[in-house]
Amino acid sequence: MREITYCEALNEALRESMRTDERVVILGEDVGCYGGIFQITKGLQDEFGPDRVVDTPIAEAGFVGAGVGAALTGMRPVVEIMFIDFTTVCMDMIINQMAKMRYMFGGKGKVPMVLRVNIGAGRGTAAQHSQSFHSLFMHIPGLLVAVPATAYDAKGLLMEAIQNDNPVIFVEHKRLYNTKGDVPEESYTIPFGQAEIKRAGTDVTVVATHALVTEALKAAEEAAEKGIEVEVVDLRTLVPLDRKTILDSVKKTGRLLVADEDNITCGVASEVSALVAEEAVYALKAPILRNASPDTPVPFSPPLEKAYMFGQERLMQSIRNLMKY
Amino acid sequence: MKLKIDVMVDLYRTMKTIREFEERIVDLYARGLVPGLAHLYIGEEAVAAGVCATLAQDDYITSTHRGHGHVIAKGAELKRMMAELFGKKTGYCKGKGGSMHIADMEAGILGANGIAGGGLPIATGAGWSAKWRKTQQVTGCFFGDDASNNGTFHESLNLASIHKLPVVYVCENNLYGISVCQAKHMPISDISIRATAYDIPGVTVDGNDVIEVYQAAFKAVERARAGEGPTLIECKTYRWRGHHEGDPNQGGRYRAKDEIESWKEKCPIARLAGKMIQNKQITEKGLQDIDDQVVRAIEEAVAFAKQSEFPDLDEMYEDVLVN
Repeated sequence: MREITYCEALNEALRESMRTDERVVILGEDVGCYGGIFQITKGLQDEFGPDRVVDTPIAEAGFVGAGVGAALTGMRPVVEIMFIDFTTVCMDMIINQMAKMRYMFGGKGKVPMVLRVNIGAGRGTAAQHSQSFHSLFMHIPGLLVAVPATAYDAKGLLMEAIQNDNPVIFVEHKRLYNTKGDVPEESYTIPFGQAEIKRAGTDVTVVATHALVTEALKAAEEAAEKGIEVEVVDLRTLVPLDRKTILDSVKKTGRLLVADEDNITCGVASEVSALVAEEAVYALKAPILRNASPDTPVPFSPPLEKAYMFGQERLMQSIRNLMKY
Repeated sequence: MKLKIDVMVDLYRTMKTIREFEERIVDLYARGLVPGLAHLYIGEEAVAAGVCATLAQDDYITSTHRGHGHVIAKGAELKRMMAELFGKKTGYCKGKGGSMHIADMEAGILGANGIAGGGLPIATGAGWSAKWRKTQQVTGCFFGDDASNNGTFHESLNLASIHKLPVVYVCENNLYGISVCQAKHMPISDISIRATAYDIPGVTVDGNDVIEVYQAAFKAVERARAGEGPTLIECKTYRWRGHHEGDPNQGGRYRAKDEIESWKEKCPIARLAGKMIQNKQITEKGLQDIDDQVVRAIEEAVAFAKQSEFPDLDEMYEDVLVN
């Protein structure tokens, strides 16, 4: 199969969706001739024109809310927010409008809209361009949340998001944009709510998201050399959460490490931990461990930012700690 | 532009229906039958009636926390509205939305909205949608004077002007943002001058003169349908009651009694009725017949709401997502 980047896979998902469904339009800052700050919409305005790939003013509440109104009246807008950090200026449109309409209206009307955002530190962009607060959206009823970790998933999950009748927060990862993977040329969708077991193992379950899936796989490789068999579960979507795959895995291994880049308090890792504590505590041989970002804003200075981030090494340490039990 | 008699009769009937509905809510609310919040529209009826009379069935509106008038004028059924206010399962939102969230997609009502300024971007998107789908639909967007201080006002009118979106922005200037008078929340008296910043027409009309509202809206809707873009209409009006039922002394803490009384003298319904009688366009008997029909319809709505069931408790979990 041909290899393309995560970024190209997203671009392809948008292009194929726009070709097959004229209700799909793109709104966002610099998404036109500039191609979006991360080049996800590169070339799309050339193919579909400035009416369908719209460069908006820097006015997130305005254009995200416009996406909601358009979705409610028959369109399928894909709205790009340059960094997840900028969702804070349009949170009313996301939380009070996009997420709530169907329920408030008693099941009438739907908001088939995709809000694309990205997370991840490591680019020296400090506390307002590096955050990973995707768990926040998992907390709000009425939203679906996708967290693709590979190029293959990026395309399949985005195509599903666009075809889904619910509002979707589509959380991309900056450090993954240039990673390559096998991606079919034809269109395909990946159903939401199906985690993927990326590697089977019997000793420790690592539930991971985004870039930490690859780090977990590297740690699993390292652990295997020491005779520890690690199972790596990539969640792929946070809402719906594939509880069954998580619980089945933990019941098999008896040990759980959750790895996610959000801040540790009230994050994905907390939620998965609580789920396992409630439903599979008797299967546990060791305390649940969480590897997540510290409860600080993302620091700027390169050594500080490096210390803020984590990967294979810290995961391996946690796996070793779990194996002490 | 001279209005036809049947248009004027319809305007009267709509305003009267809104007034009777709201006056009935005063009583039902006081008796605890309507829970939560009720922001009443009494005194402002000409704005909703005048604007919605210029819109077609498949045109859209977005409304506000003070939305009963808008949705009645856009064609919502009184029974389902009243049932919603009671929190009953036969209501527009199956009892899950209440007063501030009545929506009816078939009637083009994209929802009342509990967030001041929340409807502006949504209306803008509905207008954009009509343009993308190449329909002739126009969206009427209602909001208050103080919502025009919100960023969503600026972001929406800017977007709508750039893309010539078919949206009519209707600012109901009732002179107060809850308890704060206009002079304390903005430095200008005519909100319509804000249109200049977006290079679109901005007009101020007497919001208690339904004919003036209708004429301004008619022109704005024509412009929108012709693809020429949005208009900002400011309707100066006044709410007779407090911000919400339960606001002490009907807003008497921040409004002088004389001021409230002087606006009651400008009652939009009495003004239209007086004009039609004077011009011999309708008789006293004709008006009385309409009033009787309206009262009966409200009675039926109240009876329907009372007889309806509350939602089953399991319904709490339904409609969060499309399955």
